[in-house]
Amino acid sequence: MKVSSGERTANYVILLAFATFALWPILTVLASALGAPDSGDSGGLTVAGLHLGNFAEAWQIGQFGTYLRMSLLVSVFTVVVSVVLSVLSGYAFGCMSFRGSQVLFYVFLLGIMMPSEAVVVPLFFDLRAIGLTNTFWAVVLPQVAQSVAFGTFWMRAYFRSSSRVLVEAARVDGASTRRILWQVLVPLARPAIVTMIVLVFMWTWNEFLIPLVMVTDESLRTAPLGLAFFQGQYTSGFTLLAAGAVIVATPVVVLYLFLQRHFIAGMLEGAIRE
Amino acid sequence: MTLGAGLGVRGGNADPNRRPGTTKGSRGAPGEPRRIAYLYILPAFLVYAAFLLYPLLRAVQLSFYDWDGLTLASWVGFDNYAAVLQDEGLRGAFGHALVLIFFFAVLPVAVGLVLASILNRARVRGLPFFRTVVFLPQVIAMVVVAVAWRRIYAPDGSLNGILDAVGLGSLGRAWLGDYSAALPAIGFIGTWFETGLVTVLLLAGMGRIGNELYEAARLDGAGPVREFFAVTLPSVRGEIAVALTLTVIAALRTFDLVYVTTRGGPGNTTSVPSYEVYNRAFQLGQVGSAAAIGVCLTLVIFSIAFLINRIGDRGDA
Repeated sequence: MKVSSGERTANYVILLAFATFALWPILTVLASALGAPDSGDSGGLTVAGLHLGNFAEAWQIGQFGTYLRMSLLVSVFTVVVSVVLSVLSGYAFGCMSFRGSQVLFYVFLLGIMMPSEAVVVPLFFDLRAIGLTNTFWAVVLPQVAQSVAFGTFWMRAYFRSSSRVLVEAARVDGASTRRILWQVLVPLARPAIVTMIVLVFMWTWNEFLIPLVMVTDESLRTAPLGLAFFQGQYTSGFTLLAAGAVIVATPVVVLYLFLQRHFIAGMLEGAIRE
Repeated sequence: MTLGAGLGVRGGNADPNRRPGTTKGSRGAPGEPRRIAYLYILPAFLVYAAFLLYPLLRAVQLSFYDWDGLTLASWVGFDNYAAVLQDEGLRGAFGHALVLIFFFAVLPVAVGLVLASILNRARVRGLPFFRTVVFLPQVIAMVVVAVAWRRIYAPDGSLNGILDAVGLGSLGRAWLGDYSAALPAIGFIGTWFETGLVTVLLLAGMGRIGNELYEAARLDGAGPVREFFAVTLPSVRGEIAVALTLTVIAALRTFDLVYVTTRGGPGNTTSVPSYEVYNRAFQLGQVGSAAAIGVCLTLVIFSIAFLINRIGDRGDA
């Protein structure tokens, strides 16, 4: 399309303004995290005028080591279990025909939009009744359920679009249902599976309400929860809070920078949980 | 059209569900194993049923009781639901959610439409980089976002600094502590959060519009504005539906943001349904009421998603 150079310039101005706006809060936090400590004492590690010592101090005071470990355990467990379960159920919905498949699939679809706010109340009281609150399982299992709802929808769409010829050929060769899934379809489904992995990882890492409700024990806090509590306790300045915020956000941001195609495609195409 | 197909615009007509012929062909293929399917679904279904479906039914059950979470519950029928309509605080919370929908959904879609259609006209360099940057807010934990914006909105924060610099210092205030400014301030965080997502989504949709449509419009003597209303807007109806679904649900589910920035204050000016659920169930000991709000919220979300997708579909046809 032909457009004047004036319009082109205007485009760059818009892009630049928009990008600045998007980065504004992020840069605010980064600048504070790397700035001079509130206490004024300039001890700690400083590289090229950047006060990297802030991160070490926040890490210690805010116990982010514990929180990040918990977040990592929670996220990895949720990702692994929900991906395996979703591949299995997506395969059934996508490649097999059986009575009630439509109805069952709609039931799973409901889970994609079901807000955690509605289910977290009964979940808490029921899990408390069987002594499961304040455990790793109380944080992880509801999130596996949410991810499985999305994953079933996601993998079904992929398996439906995958080559039927390939499946038929494998069957003619005498491959069992199980072998067709793991040796023919799953290797081809790698892009779809990677997208699901990064989305579920991000959602679980960033989740706030479920760990907030389910856990009171400090050692079971996830990173966002730890940051919220850190903010409540540490009110004498912004530097360490900013450093903590950077620590909490970094793992997902780094993953995003490497796999942004998967993030963007996944969130635009199928993401309704969030 | 299914509820789900509208949730994902899998590359326009690349959607496997919409390709004619395959829908029929995909079911009942010869020699297809049938009953083993249940076995493949079972593990996923068990987790899903135990931790989402059953709790949802329990929420419905709890919503008919008056219960403090400890002592014996007493049956109150629809009283908790009546309160959602009558209780001023609760009506207020749902009203605030409407304000948030404007900031989370309407504003980003309007801004996104303008930006995307301008950017779509001229191919400029650096678009992939730009996409990465404006999409970035989406991957950052809401708690982190809230911490950042609290700083910006602080009395000595950068928003007041900017206002001072342009000579509007008199407008400056403690944004999140101000009775009339707190809710729009939280809403604006949502605008910041969602605009990038919406713009990227709309840009992808506009990229699929055939050039010949624009050429035809130009032959008819259409300017950029007419071109937008005659060609661009009708072509991205599906994307607009998806964008609205995503952002409206996000607005209705705002919890982390309120929890970290204002906790519903000052007064009740920023309380929202999700926050009321948490506050009532776990702070005030009004579990039945909390469950009723949660059920209402779920119903509202389901019907909005359904409605938006119905409207979006009709546009496609």
